Amino acid sequence: MESFFLLIGITLMYSTPLVFGALGGVISERSGVTNIGIEGMMVIGAIAGAAGSYFTGNPWVGFLAAGVAGALVALLHAVASVSFAADQTISGVAINMLAPGLALFACRSFFEGAAMSPIAPKLPKVLGESGLAGTPFVNLNVNVTTVLALIFAIIMWFVLYRTKWGLRVRAVGEHPAAADTLGINVYKVRYVCVLLSGMFAGFGGASVSIAIISQFTQTAISGQGFIAMAAVIFGKWTPFGAYGACLLFGFTQALVIILGGGDFVVPSQILSMLPYAMTIIVLVLFVGRSVAPKADGIPYIKGSR
Amino acid sequence: MSKLEKFLRSRFAAALFAVLVGFVISAVVLAVAGYDPIASFAALFNGSFGKPKYISNVIIKATPILLTGVSVAFAFKTGLFNIGAEGQYILGTTLATMVGVTLNLPMPFQLPLVLLAGIVGGAALGAFVGWLKAKFGIHEVITSIMCNWIAFYFCNFIVNTKTFHKPDSSSALPVNPSSYTTILGTWKKSEAGKEFLKGIPWLREILLKTDINAGFAVAILVAVIIGFVLTRTKLGYELRAVGFNRDAARFSGIPVERNIVLSMLIAGAISGLAGALTITGIAPHTISLLAAMESYGFNGMSVAFIAGCSPIGCIPASIMFSALIYGGMSVQQSLGAPSDIINIMIGTIVFCTALPGITPVLADLVHKKREERDDARTTKNGTPLPEKEA
Repeated sequence: MESFFLLIGITLMYSTPLVFGALGGVISERSGVTNIGIEGMMVIGAIAGAAGSYFTGNPWVGFLAAGVAGALVALLHAVASVSFAADQTISGVAINMLAPGLALFACRSFFEGAAMSPIAPKLPKVLGESGLAGTPFVNLNVNVTTVLALIFAIIMWFVLYRTKWGLRVRAVGEHPAAADTLGINVYKVRYVCVLLSGMFAGFGGASVSIAIISQFTQTAISGQGFIAMAAVIFGKWTPFGAYGACLLFGFTQALVIILGGGDFVVPSQILSMLPYAMTIIVLVLFVGRSVAPKADGIPYIKGSR
Repeated sequence: MSKLEKFLRSRFAAALFAVLVGFVISAVVLAVAGYDPIASFAALFNGSFGKPKYISNVIIKATPILLTGVSVAFAFKTGLFNIGAEGQYILGTTLATMVGVTLNLPMPFQLPLVLLAGIVGGAALGAFVGWLKAKFGIHEVITSIMCNWIAFYFCNFIVNTKTFHKPDSSSALPVNPSSYTTILGTWKKSEAGKEFLKGIPWLREILLKTDINAGFAVAILVAVIIGFVLTRTKLGYELRAVGFNRDAARFSGIPVERNIVLSMLIAGAISGLAGALTITGIAPHTISLLAAMESYGFNGMSVAFIAGCSPIGCIPASIMFSALIYGGMSVQQSLGAPSDIINIMIGTIVFCTALPGITPVLADLVHKKREERDDARTTKNGTPLPEKEA
């Protein structure tokens, strides 16, 4: 029973940063801007979160700083892909190159040349540091970021599907020219969505650096942004779909950890492939063809046909 | 069109401009952080081209990223985003090592087989991704990312198997020497070779102090061939047609599904070859336990985009990229400025190549100026002048 709760606990812990990253991907791609740069924005969020928390002593300031920093990097992507009609894939790849360099450069400048930050105050757990201690449920006392991720997913679903603004976002992502004729400012909607995307990715970075661990390291973010991107497509560009994909991914990661601890015949390296192989299998068996928002990745140029 | 205007409209000008902006931005970052930009760039240049040894290392390090760059560029031209070059590269190194350790044949048989193993590894992984896309419509970006990690753990698995593990180390056994592509590998270490090289210091430095190997020549050859196939053959035309407009291609009788698989297979094969050439060319001629992704595939994406996805363009782009990365290390050593500045610089360069047109805008400006000048002249004389070609 205890290992069952452990399984759930690890699943939620692993999936949280992915959920933030994936939500960022959903909002950006829904408005028609592909965002390959989630990974880079998460790295920036991780350093901003750790630095903000360390210098102010308040992890919440760090968390907000991470959102702002992520959005600032996203602004680059927005300027390129919305205003300059740049190739969004290339711009995203550039951000993935730029951001880790920037993060390490900042880290070394802040902390006397060190490639990792000092230990920073962490965000609290839902029930406090010692909540449920001694009970079998101890692993269910998840990080507060886990709950935040779920709340954000619900809010995003509500906004996208139940509000006027959400309808506009989806319209811009499907057929920007039609949206434009209805008086929707395509550029503005896309700017807002890309900035939000960076904010979420930044939160995702902070949910690693000041919740799961308590400092920025070079390997804090290593591939989560790409997994999150995959989750967006896996979840068919919907907040809940992406959330589910991240949970599945976190679950298989948790399985690897729990099975790897026991006497298991399969070598751990083969076991580690499980989450990735499983994702492919699930895609083939259950998800199938994914249809992106129609205008995803295509710059909108006013007046063009 | 004047010469200046023509130049400004060329892709080369766009790339040059991007590089320039990259240097300016990183100079600003360096200055803000309190380092001397000029001294940093001097150290950078000196660290990549200052000694024959450095130049040789730049070329050695350019080999894998030239090939992964060509791989990404090729796939991109056919409408696919090969984010999986990384995994294909890793699988290439792994299979090449397995074959190179297991077999011990004379060089003319051994070397091709080892290279082929790498090519097959990369091609298989690429074709798998292409097949999943063609058959089930699963986006190649997801499956490529998953395959990167599967290849990553497969490599670590092989390193740890009894057959291949080198005792008391974190790597596998090295491949048999008949698989080496090192230039003059045995001669340069022989007495006669050492004696001969004493007279030519620069050659001695290159041969004895670096792993100079035939890989870069192979890579250039591949880039040229791929460039030719893409632009001058029926196959290339069909592949590009599928990338450009899938429905139109299908309508004109091109087998779309087959071409998607084929395109990913070729892209994978190129990245796999990159892996095999690393094993055959560079000491310790084997794979090691990976702690993180090696970034050859991701750097290949940057190379491809700086080159505007032209396979031939990847050649200078990879050398520049390699020089920046390699020379960047000496910036840290000699000035204490974090070498991460190089990533910022490269990121900025790639970012600028994404912006489709500062230089065409300049070209328009030049064009307009000319027209105005011509107009002015026309009105003065009353009769229009024939346009002067510069």
